[in-house]
Amino acid sequence: MARRYDSRTTIFSPEGRLYQVEYAMEAISNAGSCVGILAKDGVVLAAEKRITSKLLDTQAVGVRREKMYRLDDHIACAVAGITADANILVNTCRLQAQRYLFTYQEPMPVDQLVRSLCDTKQGYTQFGGLRPFGVSLLYAGWDKQRGFQLYQSDPSGNYGGWKATAIGANHQAATNVLQGDYKEDITLEEAIKLVIKVLSKTMDSTTLSPDKVELATLSRDEEAGKVLYRVYEPAELKPVLDAVNADMTKEKEKENK
Amino acid sequence: MDFLCGIRGRDFVMVCSDTSAVQSIVTMKQDEDKLVPVDSHRLFAISGEAGDRVNFSEYIIANVRLYALRNGSQLSTKAVANFTRSELATALRKSPYQTNLLMAGYDEGSGPALYWCDYLATLHHMNICGTGYGSYFVLSMWDKLWHPDLSQDEALELMRKAVAEVRARLVVAPPKYLVKVVDKDGIRTVAEL
Repeated sequence: MARRYDSRTTIFSPEGRLYQVEYAMEAISNAGSCVGILAKDGVVLAAEKRITSKLLDTQAVGVRREKMYRLDDHIACAVAGITADANILVNTCRLQAQRYLFTYQEPMPVDQLVRSLCDTKQGYTQFGGLRPFGVSLLYAGWDKQRGFQLYQSDPSGNYGGWKATAIGANHQAATNVLQGDYKEDITLEEAIKLVIKVLSKTMDSTTLSPDKVELATLSRDEEAGKVLYRVYEPAELKPVLDAVNADMTKEKEKENK
Repeated sequence: MDFLCGIRGRDFVMVCSDTSAVQSIVTMKQDEDKLVPVDSHRLFAISGEAGDRVNFSEYIIANVRLYALRNGSQLSTKAVANFTRSELATALRKSPYQTNLLMAGYDEGSGPALYWCDYLATLHHMNICGTGYGSYFVLSMWDKLWHPDLSQDEALELMRKAVAEVRARLVVAPPKYLVKVVDKDGIRTVAEL
């Protein structure tokens, strides 16, 4: 009889729960993880690539960038969950951002974009016959009101601003590491190292390789007044990963002694 | 014969409008305020068909307030100007508003801004501007006298000269004028001419 409240998203169970929404969140907990850190001079996003095969065309669309999307000149996001659902949400986001720009001739504030998307997500938990989006997102952005920002949203339509956060598989473990190692006034460079370290602890493999990791940063060229979005190519990613791998092995050796 | 004009100074914008409410060839009254506040630091100087003028300005103002309530932050002058333009442009091919307007505002950071917009939804960011027949006598004079470092006293003097010129040259010159200023402290009336 418990099933009675499973099948429809819009119906509360007698304990006051929405099972379909909870299942959607559960689905994300098994998806490849994403980690984001807010630094004083930028935001860094990192994601785990699950699909690795030597047959894969790594330059093909949808493979080269699996989880990182640019939403506007000043906002980017990383997704965890069902990629097909994410594509729809990313499309809505991009549309909203351009509509705002069209109306006001100013870039959309980050929090407004997040909120507008969460309104869409929430709608799917309330109106009948529809499945909620099985996607959590990390948004990295800059706007002139609030500077650099990092937000997270989940399938229920909840969202929040964070200094550092993780979604996807082992996000609890990742959050624990972040809580231990995050410090105020962290620089973007330190944040990149930390984000890779955190990601390596959430992933099954002990050493990280460029084909398993996506890394993107959002920073600002103060002189030109422009937001810079940079996705690391495998060749650029390798030295970063190597440095972190070396640090981790050193730490392990210390522990063993 | 509505007359509006505006000057962007060093750290303020000054706007002037006549105060006549006109219906056909009849002057209804002489104390109509066509300089309407949008929020604490922005105002419209709006002319044209009386009904359209009120209807359109109230519509825009309500939307700007709604934005502020929803988002906990005010729109910049640039954003208000472009929003207004897009609303005018959308209406233009359906049921156009017969209104010309100037938008004056002061933003923390970017400073004073003055925009000119006509009923065909043409928007310009200006240092000096005006609408109506009166502006034809004023703009050429201001072209000579305006400079970017203008103080409020200097600007008020320019306004006095402008109104004097309109009174001297325009056949249908309105009798009374109102001058308001927008700066970091908000909006206030500085003179009635």
